[in-house]
Amino acid sequence: MKKPILVIPCSGIGKSFGSISRDAVFRVCDELRPGKADTICLSLLVMGDEEARRRVSESTCIAVDGCTLECSRNNVEGSGGEIAAHFRVMDLLRENRGLKPREVTFLDEDGEKLSAILAEKIAAKVDELWGES
Amino acid sequence: MKIKPKIGVVSCSGECCGLGTLSRVATRLVLEELRPDETVTICLPLFLAGEAEEHSFAKDYPTVSVDGCGKRCAYKAITKYSKEPAAGVDVEALLVEWGVEAPGDRRTLDGDGLKAARRLAELLAGKVDDIQGAS
Repeated sequence: MKKPILVIPCSGIGKSFGSISRDAVFRVCDELRPGKADTICLSLLVMGDEEARRRVSESTCIAVDGCTLECSRNNVEGSGGEIAAHFRVMDLLRENRGLKPREVTFLDEDGEKLSAILAEKIAAKVDELWGES
Repeated sequence: MKIKPKIGVVSCSGECCGLGTLSRVATRLVLEELRPDETVTICLPLFLAGEAEEHSFAKDYPTVSVDGCGKRCAYKAITKYSKEPAAGVDVEALLVEWGVEAPGDRRTLDGDGLKAARRLAELLAGKVDDIQGAS
C-alpha cells in the first residue's frame, strides 16, 4: 500500500502567510486529497520526535512555506527528509498581486482565495508524485 | 513608573489535530484582541531551529507556552533553549478538566470550538496579567 505524501506547512503564526500555508495544507489533506496526502506537526519533527522523523524519512515530502525564512523546507531537510516539491506563499502573492491578505487568526476573503489557489497547486503536485511513487 | 515586561505567548504548531488549531486561535485572540499591547509571539519552528537571536526571545520575555497535546512541544522547546516558561497550558488536559470535546475539524473551528478558543484565550490573558503583576 502506498504511503501518503507528507505535506508540511511552516507553522507561521505572526503573519497571514503562515495561516494561508497551513489552511491550504488542511484543504489538501482533509478535503481535496484525503488518503493521498497527510501532514505532521513541524514542531514535533524539529523537537526530534522519533516517529515524526521516521515518517519524514520514509515519505515523499512537500514543504509549504509562508515566508522567505522557509522553516518548513529547512527543518524537513534538517531532519533527514527529502523535499520533492516546495511552495511559498510569497511566490503566490507575486502571481496574484491583486490579492492582499491581512488577517492572521481567521483568513479574510483574499486569504481564503490564496489558500484555495495554493491548495489546488499542491493537490496537483500530490497527484503527480503519487503517480510516480 | 514601573514598565511591565511584554509576555511571549508561544503556541505549538499542532497541525496534526484540532487541538493545535484551538491553541493557535486562542493565542492569536490574546495577541490581537485581549492583550495586544502586553504580548508578543514567535513561530515555534523558527524558535526551535533558530540561532541565538531567536533563542533569546524567551530570555528577553517571560513566556506562556500553549500546547495542544501532552507532548508539550512548546513548553519543552522553550525550557530547552531558553528558560522554563513562567506558565504553561496543556490544552488537551484542560479540555478534559472543562468537560469540553476537542474540535473535530482542524481547518475551521465550529461554534463550540470558537467558544472553547475564547475561554482558553481568557485563561491565557489571566496568566499574562498574573505574570506582569508578579514582575
